[in-house]
This record gives sequence, C-alpha cells and structure tokens, in this order.
Amino acid sequence: MTAASPWRGLTRRQLLSRGFAAAGSSLILGAGFVAAPDAAWAYEAAALKPETLATLIRMARDIYPHDRLGDEFYVVAIKGYDTPETAPEIEAGIAALNAAAQGAGFADYLSAGWEDDRVAILRGMEHSAFFQKIRGGLVTGLYNQKEVWPLFGYEGESFSKGGYIDRGFDDINWL
Amino acid sequence: MVAKFDLTDDSVVLIIGTGAGGGVLANELAQRGVKVVALEAGGRYLPEDYINDEWESFGQLAWVDPRTTSGDWRVAKDFSGLPAWIVKAVGGTTIHWAGASLRFQEHEWKAHSTYGHVAGANLLDWPIDGAEMAPWYEKAEAKLGVTRTGDRPGLPGNNNFKVLEKGAKALGYKEVHTGRMAINSIDYDERMSCQQTGFCFQGCKWGAKWSAAYTDIPRGEATGNLEVRDRCHVLKIEHDDKGRVTGALYVDKDGNQQFQKARVVCVAGNSIESPRLLLNSASSMFPDGLANSSGQVGRNYMRHVTGSVYGVFEKPVRMWRGTTMAGIVQDEARFDPSRGFVGGYELETLSLGLPFMAAFLDPGGWGRGFTSALDGYENMAGMWIVGEDMPQETNRITLSSTVKDQHGLPAPDVHFDDHPNDVAMRSHAYKLGEAIYRAAGATRTFPTPPYPSTHNLGTNRMSANARDGVVNKHGQTHDIANLFISDGSQFTTGAAENPTLTIVALAIRQADHIAAELGRKNL
Repeated sequence: MTAASPWRGLTRRQLLSRGFAAAGSSLILGAGFVAAPDAAWAYEAAALKPETLATLIRMARDIYPHDRLGDEFYVVAIKGYDTPETAPEIEAGIAALNAAAQGAGFADYLSAGWEDDRVAILRGMEHSAFFQKIRGGLVTGLYNQKEVWPLFGYEGESFSKGGYIDRGFDDINWL
Repeated sequence: MVAKFDLTDDSVVLIIGTGAGGGVLANELAQRGVKVVALEAGGRYLPEDYINDEWESFGQLAWVDPRTTSGDWRVAKDFSGLPAWIVKAVGGTTIHWAGASLRFQEHEWKAHSTYGHVAGANLLDWPIDGAEMAPWYEKAEAKLGVTRTGDRPGLPGNNNFKVLEKGAKALGYKEVHTGRMAINSIDYDERMSCQQTGFCFQGCKWGAKWSAAYTDIPRGEATGNLEVRDRCHVLKIEHDDKGRVTGALYVDKDGNQQFQKARVVCVAGNSIESPRLLLNSASSMFPDGLANSSGQVGRNYMRHVTGSVYGVFEKPVRMWRGTTMAGIVQDEARFDPSRGFVGGYELETLSLGLPFMAAFLDPGGWGRGFTSALDGYENMAGMWIVGEDMPQETNRITLSSTVKDQHGLPAPDVHFDDHPNDVAMRSHAYKLGEAIYRAAGATRTFPTPPYPSTHNLGTNRMSANARDGVVNKHGQTHDIANLFISDGSQFTTGAAENPTLTIVALAIRQADHIAAELGRKNL
C-alpha cells in the first residue's frame, strides 16, 4: 500500500480484525488507516493524524457534496495535503474547524450528524485561508479526476473515436 | 525554404506577435514579397500536439505570465491573476478561438454618431466604415473559410444548438442559425471538415477550424520571405534620435538578449501586451511610452459585455458534443436604445467540459446549490453573451509598480469597471437567455459571470485625430511613422461581434498598405 493512492485491497474481515472507531462516514483504524465502513477503500495516513484525515474527507464532501460519488474520490482530491510539509497547516485548520464545531455545541466537526449543521459551521469560516485553500484545491482535485467524469455523464475527449460526427452530436430526441 | 535574416538586417519588417493580427500580417506581407521577421513569445504547437483535456491544454497553451487586476469587474475577484484567457504560442489565440466570424454592423463603425453622448463613455467613431471594409472582409472570409459566406454552407446543428434554436424560436426570434464560423462545413483550402469533436477551445486536432498556426504561418514561411522566431519575448522597442523606431530588444529561446534591427515595427501582442510594450519602451524622448502623445496608450480597454447562461433540462443534452460555438441568436445585436442601453449583443452556443464547468459556473461557489447544478451536467445546455461594451478612459492597462514578470519587466495591471450600460446590457441578456431556455423546457437556469477575457480590445485605438487615439486608419501610430499596431488593440469601439474576423480583415488591409508604402519608399 502506498500513501499515493487509495486502494481497495482490504476485505471486510481484515478490516474488522484491526479494530477501529467510526468517524463520520470514514473509519479510523488503529494502525493509522482511514477506510470506508464497507472496506470499499482504505488509505494509510502518512503525515496527518487519521482523525484529521477523516475530518478533512468529511469537510471535502460537505463543500462539494455529490451523493453519487464515493468517498474514495474525495480521498484522492485531498491526499496531496498528507505530507510533512503541509500537515502542520492542515492540522491547525482542522483544529480550528473542530473548535468552531465545539462553539456550535458539538464535540467536534464529525460529531455534527446533519450536513446542515456542518455546513453552518463551514459558512462561519468560509473566508478563512484554510477553507479557501481546501475549496480551491477541490475544484481541480475532485472534478479533474477522469474517473469521476463518467459519473456525471461527461465523456472527455472524443478525437480518438473520430469525434461525434457519427456518434450522436445531434441525437437529441426529446425537444 | 524558410528564411533566416540577420539581426543587423535593417531592411526587414519586424512583427511582434503571431496571432490573428501579427500572424496574418506576416503571411500577407511575405506573399507580397516583403521580408519579415516575426517574434513570438510562445512555442510552436500543431494539431497533433493539441490536448483534448481542458486543464492540460490550458497548461500547454495559456499565457500565464504574471498579471494583476483591479476594478469592480467580477473577474478581478474570481481570477485576480488571470484577467485574460489567451494563448502564448505561434498562431496566438487563433488556436483557442471558437471560430465565430461576424462582420461589424454598419452603425457600429460610427458608435459615437449613432449612440450620441453616453456619460462616462469615451465613444469615438472609427475613421473607417463598412463600405471601406467590405472588400477586406470578403478576403478575410475567404481566407478563414467562413461558413454562410461566399458559397460555403453552414455547419450542422449539434444538440446544444437545437436546444437554443427551440427556445429562441418559441420566443419569436428570427435570426437563429448555426453561425458564420471559420470551421469547415466541407473540405476547403486543404483543411478537412468538422468532425463534431468538441474541444474547439483547446486547438482543433483535425485542422477544420482556421488557425494562423497551421495556415498563414507555414504559408508565409514557404515564400522564403518570413522567418518566425518562437519563444522570443520582446522587452523593448528602441528608436533613433529622429524618433523613428529601429528594432526591438528581446530574450531568445536560450535566454539570451538579442536586438533585431528593422525598417518597420508592427506590434501585435494583443490588447494587454501591446500597450504594455509601448509603455515599457519609454525613453527620454518619449517619457510616457512610445506613440503616447495622446495619453491614450493602454486606455479604453474593452472586453465585451459577456456572461453565460446555462440551463438544466429533464433529459440529456450532452452539450459538449460537436462544434462548441456553432449556434447563434442575432436578433438582439441591433441598435435599439428602448431596451435601456446602447449597442447590442449576440447569443452564441457555448459548452465547457466538467472540469471547466466546475471552475467557471459560479467561481467560489460551494455546497448543494452548486453541486446539484453540476449533478445536472449531462442535461445542461449553454450559451455565451457577447455584446458591445463602452470604452472608458479609466479602463486601462498600466505597468505594475510591484509585480514583475520573469524577465524583470513590470507586469501589466488590467483595470476594468463595468459601465452602467454594460450592466444594463448584461442584465437584459441574462433575462433573455434564461427565458430562451425556459421556453425549451429548462427546469433551472444559471446566469453565470464572465470568464477571464478572451476578447481584449481597444488599448491603442484608431482615431481620425491624433489627440483622440494612438493609430490612424491604417494602424500606423500617429506619432511614429514606421511603428504600426496590428491587433485588436486598434479597435476604436468593440461592436457586438466576436473580433477575430475584423482583426484579420484589418491585418490584410494593413499588409496591402505597408507593402505599397514600402514600394513608394514612404517607409
């Protein structure tokens, strides 16, 4: 396993055998892993605390929520922050996010169960450099993943297939 | 066969920039037997090099040298370091342009006379008119292979056009068609026909769209009269003690400074870089910059009234398929001040891929209001507003006092405030665009703010009187006889039409003039 890409190698049995705590939609495994509850993906934190990583994934989803996208796409979008160089800034930003959540009466950001509550917390810090860094990075980090495109129906390049001249450039049939 | 001229050869015409203005001028002069050196800041990219991926292509082609922004336009907030989306490459922004090729309307040459006094606007009539330009437009349309001109048929309509057409006709609009496009509908001039691939903005990999990169540039080089030096960034134009320009200092592709002597210098670096170069060329004789006795260099920056409207429908549109801009509604391009503004606007089909839609639909937007729009991406149709904006003296290119480029020269600051006429026109266009899509069945519409400017105009404007502008009716600077401006910065006013066809027509006309004047030994 590398820190550079999420993987789908763990079985549910292996996951369960490691012992973990639930955190939002992600699971924080004892050994520094963050994983999906159904073991669809897992990611080994390199420099960030697993709790920080799980919170960052939740935050990314709350900024650009697409119910059709699994967490693994958000993991890919934010994993670039999981380096020794960027970790201090991210840890500080997530600490501020948790402090804001506590100000709103929650134990921490992940403890706010409703998206509306978490979004209200984010609205309160949307002009901060940290929020804008995460949001701005997601615009390319999330939507420029070629694996995401088909989930929105976007087909990407068509030159290699000869364009759409014989493949439906004018096939609209419901007007 | 490609020419090679000596740096000390002071008989050449030196052209700075190789886009719609400079690239065409270079070829047209070379065809007339004039020796030309063209300096291009960017590299050479041909259809096989173009990348059909929005961000990768942007990284390959876009001019991303340091620039700053100021003013109340939304681009300054959303894209503070990227005021313009234009190309740094041989062929310039003709690689990126969408191909829409419309002539000015007759009255648009005479905006001041037609519109009268507009408070805060620095309106002026062009010193030329539609009758003067008609033969040059005809040559430009033939060069570009513009559809629906000559005997060239129109392009077929794609899904995005069909939605626009349905809504526009439901509202009673009459001038609705697939545009006059410099994209081949049939094989023409050794270029194949459009394969409906999309990605017109990323460079046409089929070569179906006209671009100077693979037409005028190689044809000019084939004459043996044109040498194009790529990756050569001009720092300064120099002059002698008689006030005539003598050539240009530039950084070559190896990072070394060179000086190319010239008999005539033509500046075609677009409406941001051209005035910047004149300002950066200030000397003791010309302390305010070259050709700037009027004080108008850099002023009257125009970028068209733009904006987009996207609509989401119940069923798929797949707007990205096919020619990006082959669809237009022209009815609102007319002059009709009863709408609450002077000038007019065109509505043209437009699509962005998912990556750019995420970046441009509502810059800075987030949350479900934003993401639910993108969830409808497959069912989206899109159109672009392009209308005449008001020239204002205070909208201008200046030299930054704090930011420098990679060569140590002051970066350009692009200042733009919307004129009230611009705001009224955009508001009108948003409402109509949304009405068009609702008439076609849209369940949700988005009035999307302007992108970084692709139409950059007016900063060295043409004027009958030297006090009102920078160049005369041939693009020759009022102050310096052997210094010409050859790009869209010549525009006195912007009109409602996409500017490339007019830039090309002016360049062909200017080539004719320069060649004749050289022949008469007047230059």
